[in-house]
Amino acid sequence: MTANTPAVRMTGIIKRFPGVLANDQVDLTVYPGEIHALLGENGAGKSTLMSILFGIYRPDEGEIEVHGRRVRLNSPRDAIQHGIGMVHQHFMLIDVQTVAENVTLGLNESRFLLNLAQTKRRIVELAQRYGMQVDPDARIWQLSVGEQQRVEILKMLYRGADVLILDEPTAVLTPQESRDLFITLRRMAAEGHAVIFITHKLDEVMAISDRITVLRSGRVVSTVRTCDTNKEELARMMVGRPILFHVDKPPVQQGEVVLTVQGLQAANDKRLPALQGVSFAIRQGEILGIAGVAGNGQRELAEVITGLRHASRGCVRIRGREVTNATPWRIIKQRVSHIPEDRLGVGLVPNLPVSDNIILKDYHEPKFSRGPFLDRPSIRRFVDQLIRLFEIATPNPETPVKLLSGGNLQRTILARETASVPDLLVAVHPTRGLDVGATESVHKLLLEQRSKRAAILLISEDLHELLALSDRIAVLYEGEIMGVLPAQNADVEKLGLMMAGALREAVPSGCQEGIARDAHPN
Amino acid sequence: MNPELIVSLLAVTIRAGTSLLYTTIGEIYTERSGVINLGLEGMLLMGAVTAFAAAFHSKSVWIGVAVAIAVGGLLGLLHAFLTVTLRSNQTVTGLALTIFASGLASFLGQRLGPQGQPLVGQIGPRFERLALPVLSGLPLMGRALFQQDVLVYASYLLVPAAWFFLYKTRPGLYLRAVGENPRTADAMGLPVTRTRYLYTILGGMLVGLGGAHLSLAYTPGWTENLSGGRGWIAVAMVIFATWDPVRAWLGAILFGGINAVQLRMQAAGTNIPSAFLHMLPFVFTIVILVVITWWEAFSKRVGSPAALGTAYSREEKD
Amino acid sequence: MRIRIEKRLSPSRLVSWLMPLVSLLLALALGAVLLQAVHVDPLRTYRAMFMGAFGSRYNLSETLVKAIPLMLCALGVSVAFRMRFWNIGAEGQLAMGGIAAAGVALFLPRQAPAMSGWMLLSLSALAGFAAGAAWGLIPAVLKAYLRVNEIITTLMLNYIAILLVEYLFYGPWKDPKGYGFPGTAEFTPAAWLPRLPGTRVHLGLLFSVLAALFIWTVLTHTKWGYEIRVIGENPRAAAYAGMNLARNMILIMLLSGGLAGLAGMAEVTGIAHRLTKGLTVGYGFTAIIVAWLALLDPWIILLVAFLLAGLLVGGDQIQITMGLPASVALILQGAVLFFMLGGQVFKQYHIASSWRRDKVVERHEAHSNQEAGR
Repeated sequence: MTANTPAVRMTGIIKRFPGVLANDQVDLTVYPGEIHALLGENGAGKSTLMSILFGIYRPDEGEIEVHGRRVRLNSPRDAIQHGIGMVHQHFMLIDVQTVAENVTLGLNESRFLLNLAQTKRRIVELAQRYGMQVDPDARIWQLSVGEQQRVEILKMLYRGADVLILDEPTAVLTPQESRDLFITLRRMAAEGHAVIFITHKLDEVMAISDRITVLRSGRVVSTVRTCDTNKEELARMMVGRPILFHVDKPPVQQGEVVLTVQGLQAANDKRLPALQGVSFAIRQGEILGIAGVAGNGQRELAEVITGLRHASRGCVRIRGREVTNATPWRIIKQRVSHIPEDRLGVGLVPNLPVSDNIILKDYHEPKFSRGPFLDRPSIRRFVDQLIRLFEIATPNPETPVKLLSGGNLQRTILARETASVPDLLVAVHPTRGLDVGATESVHKLLLEQRSKRAAILLISEDLHELLALSDRIAVLYEGEIMGVLPAQNADVEKLGLMMAGALREAVPSGCQEGIARDAHPN
Repeated sequence: MNPELIVSLLAVTIRAGTSLLYTTIGEIYTERSGVINLGLEGMLLMGAVTAFAAAFHSKSVWIGVAVAIAVGGLLGLLHAFLTVTLRSNQTVTGLALTIFASGLASFLGQRLGPQGQPLVGQIGPRFERLALPVLSGLPLMGRALFQQDVLVYASYLLVPAAWFFLYKTRPGLYLRAVGENPRTADAMGLPVTRTRYLYTILGGMLVGLGGAHLSLAYTPGWTENLSGGRGWIAVAMVIFATWDPVRAWLGAILFGGINAVQLRMQAAGTNIPSAFLHMLPFVFTIVILVVITWWEAFSKRVGSPAALGTAYSREEKD
Repeated sequence: MRIRIEKRLSPSRLVSWLMPLVSLLLALALGAVLLQAVHVDPLRTYRAMFMGAFGSRYNLSETLVKAIPLMLCALGVSVAFRMRFWNIGAEGQLAMGGIAAAGVALFLPRQAPAMSGWMLLSLSALAGFAAGAAWGLIPAVLKAYLRVNEIITTLMLNYIAILLVEYLFYGPWKDPKGYGFPGTAEFTPAAWLPRLPGTRVHLGLLFSVLAALFIWTVLTHTKWGYEIRVIGENPRAAAYAGMNLARNMILIMLLSGGLAGLAGMAEVTGIAHRLTKGLTVGYGFTAIIVAWLALLDPWIILLVAFLLAGLLVGGDQIQITMGLPASVALILQGAVLFFMLGGQVFKQYHIASSWRRDKVVERHEAHSNQEAGR
């Protein structure tokens, strides 16, 4: 690695979105022949920065130089023209077409007749050069995820990319496939390409990168050479010093076990394993926080517990009653509430009024219905009460809920889910996208429920939030619990390492006790 | 079985299925771009009536054909404008198009005859059957296949051409990509909107041509409801053909065959009610659809263009 | 500078109200152009149409007669559409209802000659409803459990039903004394749906009003109606809330098909008094237009069905009074729908030019990014 012209130099990049400063004066320099890791938690600004480099977004301020020349990148086409290629987390491939057909899409290689012989030859050549195995006639749906990723890489190389950006490339790969990928990346670096890869996994960063830039909350914490640092230091940089929320967390007498999860296994939407044997228990009056970067099985965990996803193995028990793979209806009847990740897509019906949304799970209750009919007056009373209690800002209860702000959407969901104190509350990223005030009220509410002896499963990407609210914190990484720590005086560095897959601890006895006591069926 | 019978059945089969073939291939192209056009029945009628009227007054079948193609293209343009640019519901728009176009065709049929009289019952120029030298001399097949009118011969060429264009050319590849995954196609620089417009219009033109065959060759002439549901059958045929032009030809033969057999049986006096024979294509289609849908759940091999029927916009995540 | 159509952040109410009016005017304008092109006075034509549809007691009653099957079918279709189940099969469901009702009317009296008219008609109505419901059940089951596209299945079932009708009245149920006229024997008067004296308006009108009332009540006041609305608006939220989508799909299609079946029964026992060709004339398709134009609201459906029937009857009348083909009405009908469909877009979208594009695009991206917390 010589001190020659950088392949890419981004200086002073600033990018604002409504309500959030995604990139704050970010500088990034990547040299040819280098593998550069972009490390940070979710929301740190890594994807935004790379989207700017690939022409998807335009920076509000700052400059980009490619091989020493100032460039303006207005679209991915511009980026590709300047030799920048990107492999996204969600592949842009046409399943029913072949590798060669996908690679040649959009290019003007032949005017009319589709002559792929040359294309296929070039693909095979390129693949061999970088140590990849690929069959240009295979159809995409026939390929494994790792192979599909290779096609995406080849697509970029085929178009002459000499800077390659990869967004969380190993998120969808098996360990073996990841190793193969690294071999490919090294070959590419050896050939003079510049490789930037976005990740949150410390092991990989240490294994493959030459230099690392750590981002946190939109700013660059530091840029270091891999050989000069270690995992602990990186973890500290990623996570920072915990800023304590001044949250009043009274001690609560914990009661019997409400939720038991044992050996849960489940697949994600791509039929890959998402949960690989998860076990824990939560008691009354306890908040168990699940930490971890998004994409490690959190969504699937919440969905399995609430009946929205099939568990292939393991069991879920609520108050001793077996509810594994029960219908959502039955689980709701067990007094389980769910604050979903996707507010407007899953948790609410956007076109319906606020009042209709509030009774989404209760409409069939005797208190709201007389026979087949809805008792509108009593519903109205209930809704008015909740709107006041939860301070939902809406012109009137009949306003379509989609017109509400993010904070009020969440308040509506919370009102519905917590009004009748549930036995178990599953909250998934409850404060995502909310401003400080809304976040505070959500926290208050969760703690209130805790005081009322609900058992709460809190899934969040915000470690500070978890530290402030939880009684215990479990870390989920690649579908497994890496360890469970009491939240009080928790070792943040340890948590960071677990979140990045670099540390695993035996499940402490507290959990097993719970399971044993829970052994008698109810 | 009497060889004469087979030959004549085959000949009728082919003739009866030709307009359906044009319509089906047209709709295959439209649907491959991601647009479903339920206006086929109306467009077929419009193609037929305008072809006949134009030919009648100009005394030239070719002008009739040209007009029918243009009319079909225009109606396709209308459908594209409403569904692609204005993003209206494709199903309802197609139905509206059928009702509108059927009504318009009926109206024109009443008024475009000589001196504003109805066209019904008028005799106009028609495509005569042309026996191809040498080929029509072939035993059995020769008389059935090669003693047809020009539009039928054109359809023989259309099938392989349509197949070739779809699978072996670059524009065909791009068309397929747009219908499968407009987001990816867009990301790769393919013009999704323009593609949808183009192939909806092209599809319409082929439907117009199908209509021209009905009134300038098959029937010939014009009467109310000349198309007899072919437009609707075409929608089903596209699925039966799994969006492939060669299989569409098979479907057209099947339809034509049932038609021919039914005509023959009626003439001969038969026990099996013709209604049940007529039901076959429809029952068949449901069965095929069920099988295909079920199969698609397990393999990603065969199936509708994945983005069929959905509007596309770069900025939205729908 | 490029013009693009982009989504509004909230739909425009002004446009919702203005649009049907503007669409109607534009459609009439288009019709006027066409009429001028064939040297016919548009104003005279429109006036004749209006009088032909509503101008006399007789005309009004004929309009109602045409409106009844439209109302029932449209009500059925609207209920399915609310759940985003595209039931294009109303025509076939109507046909099956007609067959079942005719079957009862033709054959039950022979078995039980003393049966009263009310009993006979009630059984006939039940049969009609059940047959239509059963015909609607098929595509519902296919979609609910096998995910088969309902547009095609309902469309195909239309033709099967229509052909079945033909088979019956040309074949086994043919009137022995028919002299070759295609149709079944006439039903015994006990099986004639009572009419308003002096007109052909039959009890089917009451069915329509009751059906509208039923649907309105169910949708606004019952738990089931609430479920239907939620499933139609956001199926994922419905699943999250524990609602059973498959069961609801089936129930809805039973109701939807049943109403169309009832329309068939009404036509067969109220108008023709026999099973003939005149049963399947496209009410099921036009009803879809009615339902869509009426924005799926049961009461507006009654109004729109009435108006559209007026358009059709007026169209028939000008054939007589002005020698114009009935298709004029069909053209206008289609045109109104086009302009409505085209106009609906302005509720959801607005035209933006490219120099605003960046801002709008980034605002939307940010909005969705924010929601996803990226």
